[in-house]
Amino acid sequence: MSDAVAHPGIGSGADPADEDPNRRDFIHIAAAVGAAGAVAGLAWPMVDQMNPSADTLAMASIEYEFSKVELGQQVAIKWRGKPVFVRHRTPKEIAEAVAGDHADLRDPQTDAERHKAGKAEWLILVGVCTHLGCVPLFGQGDYGGWFCPCHGSVYDTSGRIRKGPAPKNLAVPDYSFLSDTKVKIG
Amino acid sequence: MSGHSTYTPKSAFARWLDSRLPILSLRAELMDYPTPKNLNYWWTFGGILALCLGLQIATGVVLAMHYNVGNAFDSVEHIMRDVNYGWLLRYLHANGASMFFLAVYIHMMRGLYYGSYKAPREVIWLLGMVIYLLMMATAFMGYVLPWGQMSFHGAVVITNLLGAFPIIGEPITTWLWGGYAVDTPTLNRFFSLHYLLPFVIAGVVVLHIWALHVPGNNNPTGVDVKSKADTLPFHPYYTVKDGFAIVLFLILYAVFVFFMPDALGHADNYTPANPLQTPQHIVPEWYLLPFYAMLRAVPDKVMGVLVMFGSLALLFLLPWLDTAKVRSMRYRPSMRWFFFIFVVVCFLLGWCGGNPPDDPVIPANVGFQLFDSNINSFTWFSRVLTLYYFAYFIVITPIMGWVEKTLPVPESISTPVLAGEAKKG
Repeated sequence: MSDAVAHPGIGSGADPADEDPNRRDFIHIAAAVGAAGAVAGLAWPMVDQMNPSADTLAMASIEYEFSKVELGQQVAIKWRGKPVFVRHRTPKEIAEAVAGDHADLRDPQTDAERHKAGKAEWLILVGVCTHLGCVPLFGQGDYGGWFCPCHGSVYDTSGRIRKGPAPKNLAVPDYSFLSDTKVKIG
Repeated sequence: MSGHSTYTPKSAFARWLDSRLPILSLRAELMDYPTPKNLNYWWTFGGILALCLGLQIATGVVLAMHYNVGNAFDSVEHIMRDVNYGWLLRYLHANGASMFFLAVYIHMMRGLYYGSYKAPREVIWLLGMVIYLLMMATAFMGYVLPWGQMSFHGAVVITNLLGAFPIIGEPITTWLWGGYAVDTPTLNRFFSLHYLLPFVIAGVVVLHIWALHVPGNNNPTGVDVKSKADTLPFHPYYTVKDGFAIVLFLILYAVFVFFMPDALGHADNYTPANPLQTPQHIVPEWYLLPFYAMLRAVPDKVMGVLVMFGSLALLFLLPWLDTAKVRSMRYRPSMRWFFFIFVVVCFLLGWCGGNPPDDPVIPANVGFQLFDSNINSFTWFSRVLTLYYFAYFIVITPIMGWVEKTLPVPESISTPVLAGEAKKG
């Protein structure tokens, strides 16, 4: 009955039996829970508004006509705000990549797993370093592939991580060949 | 925070106001605040920092009137070329960030040397560290706003740091970006937060000063104030001393703004952002370089990020890592040298962070390969320096507190001065 003692003015004149302290506790708890629920209900929209919006999510796949990409050349195209490398590999690069299959790889993958069957000359990669997201440069570094200028990660001619701080191979996006000259990415 | 002032407003209006909102009493309280009489010029940086925050907010609010997120790079050029005095306001704001960090680093080093973080001032130090973190976040987002090559790829690298953590990393980066990569939605929210955070900083500064006014200032001897003879009223003694330091500081600031406004920036940031190409040599602004060097020193992504954040976390723990009974390093003949080495290490880490990791530290030296890098590369030099940085807090600070034989500490702030007087007389 401590509440009744603390607030002698409240409920005075009423039957003492009605002054159940649990009733006041209930009101306090109910109010707190209601407020917490309202805050939580509003908090999620406040957080989720930062996630990609519907139009960003709707960024469709892209089609690319790759017949213009000469042997030994690489083209960077923009897909979902990121660069995608379409690389026309030379036989030497392919041989080096296959030879690397049995090296001590940080993220083991064979070269065959990184291109479509029978299309070893076409390597399609997300051109984003798996360390901190810079765009690697081709033709630099010790393995004939890519070199990231930010923190010195080195990738081989299959885009596999060989040296430096990056943990994973350059990602291979979902793609399919629509014809002999056209590829659909995404 | 009360009882130092015997202020009663003179005019009837002032008495009327002060009895309703005691703002005049508060002002008198702050002006009369008893301050140790032996504070040196290292203590003027608190006032300088308050000025820096005010200037950044004032110039920033004005710049925001002309900046346009949808047309970011061009609108910055519009400010530089077309807006009346836009070049001045932008150079004040951009160089002001550097001056702000210069002052905050001196302010923090002063706290380290004189033991200002030690009891009973731990909360002042913690609030200061919160301000420092908020400053770094604000400066980073501000650097993104011009949307040049360095802005863009700096944003990519820093936001990807959070992606290092397993499982939660990727959803967090997507959430931060508002897309699959750094893009206009990212820039838009960074602008919003860059405008907001300085006011949050201002709020924490109020708490910082409030907490300071409970125990009062530390001082170069590190000895507590014992009597009224040890103090002077803040005004006019320290308003004048701070004012003089502010004038010198503003001269240096003006040298940068008017004679070398781009010296601390990077030429690549005058190239519009291009997501398809990273600049050959990407570096953050100078004030973040030591942390960048520590990040690169570790050959593992998650560990590198943890080391970088850990270097900041240690600063939060410092009040409890330091076991020494004596506050000021004036009376700690050995620890002082470890401190001076620490300052040099911080500078050298900055130097490492500004250089490509595989470049040689000593130009003509061939060196030899040790594990993954040449021993004469910035990678290995950064590793050695990072080791010292961590050892300073985790090993040297606690152990020196136990084993060091300190010099005799004066009885009070006045004692060494009066002893000198006695000798002369």
